Amino acid sequence: MKKQSFFRKFLYSQKVAPYVFIAPFVITFLVFFAYSIFSMVMMSFQKVAGAGTTFIGTENYRVLSNSIFQKSLKNSIFYTIVSCALMIPIPLVLAVMLNSKPMRAKSTFRSILFIPALTSVVVAGVVFRLMFGELEGSFMNQIIGMFGKAPIVWLRTPSTVWLVLFFVCLWRWTGVNMMYYLSGLQQIPADLYESASIDGASVMQQFRYITIPLLKPTIVYVLTISIFGGMAMFSESYMIFNGNKSPNNVGTTLVGFLYRMGFEQNNLGIASAVGVVFLLIVLVVNAIQLAINGTFSRKEN
Amino acid sequence: MARKNRTMTVLLLIFFLIVAAITLLPLALLAVSSLRPGSDLMRYGLNFSIDWNTANLNEYRMLFSGANNYFIWYRNSLIITVVQVALALFLSACVGYGFAMYDFKGKNLAFACVLLVMMVPTEVILLPLYRLITRMHLINNMWGIILPYLVVPMLVFFFRQYLSGIPKDFLDAARVDGCTEYGIFLRIMIPLMKPSFAAMGIYQGMSSWNNFLWPMIVTNSITKITLPVGLQSLLSPYGNNYDILIAGSCFAIIPILILFVLFQRYFIEGMTAGGVKG
Repeated sequence: MKKQSFFRKFLYSQKVAPYVFIAPFVITFLVFFAYSIFSMVMMSFQKVAGAGTTFIGTENYRVLSNSIFQKSLKNSIFYTIVSCALMIPIPLVLAVMLNSKPMRAKSTFRSILFIPALTSVVVAGVVFRLMFGELEGSFMNQIIGMFGKAPIVWLRTPSTVWLVLFFVCLWRWTGVNMMYYLSGLQQIPADLYESASIDGASVMQQFRYITIPLLKPTIVYVLTISIFGGMAMFSESYMIFNGNKSPNNVGTTLVGFLYRMGFEQNNLGIASAVGVVFLLIVLVVNAIQLAINGTFSRKEN
Repeated sequence: MARKNRTMTVLLLIFFLIVAAITLLPLALLAVSSLRPGSDLMRYGLNFSIDWNTANLNEYRMLFSGANNYFIWYRNSLIITVVQVALALFLSACVGYGFAMYDFKGKNLAFACVLLVMMVPTEVILLPLYRLITRMHLINNMWGIILPYLVVPMLVFFFRQYLSGIPKDFLDAARVDGCTEYGIFLRIMIPLMKPSFAAMGIYQGMSSWNNFLWPMIVTNSITKITLPVGLQSLLSPYGNNYDILIAGSCFAIIPILILFVLFQRYFIEGMTAGGVKG
């Protein structure tokens, strides 16, 4: 009885309580995240076959110099760069236009543009795959048919494959990014614009010298999530091609290659090496982002 | 000046009407096509040409007839979403509360770990996590889908942010009144956190309901898969499942659209929670 009350006192003390509160995170972090990273790094130096594993040094990493890995890495980087080039300025311009004074029915349009974000990658993938079907009657072929163009086999032509993937990305994420910008815009005091227009600054000048600098934290945030989202892109490609396969690997991404090695070919060592490379990329990008944001907050203070 | 503003308004409205039309177009295509037989799609492709005289709800009737696995997937997704939202909200709120209200040894290190998990895409650890779940015998089990994401870093971050606005004197007052540490959390803080639960519940609900990659890896039995995984499995090159695929895709979105119309504010707040403050 006495022991129990001691235990109770211990558990209920102000010193111990915070550890109890964060315990769920610590446990899931150690079991699922830390252990996964650890075993992935270990496996990347091993040849894993059935029950037996042998240490083979950096052999798995050397295999990564093969052309398919290079191609999938290039694909991911290409996708990331272009999607950032689209997904940062376009939603920004839309947000500024939507937020401008003469605009009416703001919240209606805001909601409509947000709707695609409610769909899963599967539904989006199904619609876009069929819209860009190769039949003459498929929606996009009908559209280009109106301009007298012959039907295109969208999903087998390298250049149009990317077009489709960027369409999916634009469609699903424009509304979300726009929402980030809108909440950033609403925090900019209105009198800044008023005094600027009294001083005779044009709309473009106001955009350049007030909106952009004050939105920089939001822009950096959107850039960061776009980079991570872009480098991790896989499901979209999986849906568009109905599986982790694309003609001549045009749509194979970094994660697609990892999936092929780890899940389709059971080549755990190489898949783990890909995972480690991916992790390093993520860490480097984040270090850069922290550095940029860090210099920023220091300036603000 | 007023005149100039009026033309601006009209131009902006026209522009946004076009943008809205393009945005809604893919979903409209889906909705229209769900009223045609799936074989039409296979023959003519997905488009707007529809003969309204023959348009019918047969595809939906087929969906509801129970002659397929659609509602098993629907139920699986629903159960997983509800369980995951409830657990993730409660546990993440606990963790966020711990970080916001206490000073303790190792706090910064632990919080750095939260940020680390938040920034590393789950795709990075797909393979080792799958092996771990296999060894735990949780393949084809809903807990295999749920367990790794019991505590969601994004939610922890949000709750911590939300709670940091509450003065700590408040806690001391409750302690003086004889409330225990856990009592404060359960009886005082949780009611205070209600508005943030709504936004975060929707954020988590959307990501659970729409999650595709992880459930696809953890489940493969036709009766254990979730709705997105099931719909994907219908996308065969022969098009023989297009009836259920199109109507089923529509029916997967409709409940969310209704919820969105009703609780717009929370949706937008929840799904963009990472911004600005992050």
